[in-house]
Amino acid sequence: MKPDLRFNFIADMQKGTLTVRREFAAIRQLVWDCYTKSELLDQWYAPKPLTTKTKSFDFREGGHWHFAMIDPNGTHYWSRTDYETITPIDGYTGYDSFTDETGIANPDLPRSHLAMTFTDQGKHTLTETVVTYNSAKDLQTVIDMGMEEGLTSTLERLDELLLKLDQ
Amino acid sequence: MDKYSTSLDTIFHALADPTRRAVVQRLAKGPAPVKELAEPYDMALPSFMKHLNVLEEAGLIASKKQGRVRTCSFNPDKLEAAEKWFDEQRALWASRFDNLDTLLSSLQGGNDET
Repeated sequence: MKPDLRFNFIADMQKGTLTVRREFAAIRQLVWDCYTKSELLDQWYAPKPLTTKTKSFDFREGGHWHFAMIDPNGTHYWSRTDYETITPIDGYTGYDSFTDETGIANPDLPRSHLAMTFTDQGKHTLTETVVTYNSAKDLQTVIDMGMEEGLTSTLERLDELLLKLDQ
Repeated sequence: MDKYSTSLDTIFHALADPTRRAVVQRLAKGPAPVKELAEPYDMALPSFMKHLNVLEEAGLIASKKQGRVRTCSFNPDKLEAAEKWFDEQRALWASRFDNLDTLLSSLQGGNDET
């Protein structure tokens, strides 16, 4: 399979960060709108086959987006993004947390900091998303949560992981 | 779940050293006696044993003694859990961005990407 050079995913486990860069074939204003208007977010934010449903949306510093990602069985996974700083159309920062239907954060699950930046790349737009966990311990908590779904990994990819850790 | 409770800090400290990383890679191919593991390294056995202890405390390897021979083996659970999570995160973002490509294309009148 041809590697998608426009998609770049870097995990720094020591710092507890994920950095995701992606180029889009659209002008910056349009990409910005897709991130900052709930009627557009609802059309793309959940990965397939899940869908997105906004419960409340207030895009301003101190405001938040409360939404669910819904799987094909109808199970709702509630989250909220609390907006911290907004600089149209360059970027915004905030915090992501796991919540219930009423929007109250689950105290057992760590929240993560989110920093989004949008830059022109010719007629295209480059987005960078940096997700930061408070500590390696927080990152361990979310990894353990994912692990309860069952371990399927194989030893062959160990070398690859060690390379990632080596960076 | 006790074997998973060691924090990532310990694992990363353990893997921050090139000798320890090489030992883990060697053991991923199968168990080996300490003597054989130590052979490629120009260091005193007690120093090498310290490296093995760090790996064992992090839960990355296990060892058992039979007679005079101590054999080490790789314990993959922790690394696998971390790796699986990162793979899932990567897949999530890739899928999400594919959706956004489709949306952006339709917002621009359904033109193909240029």
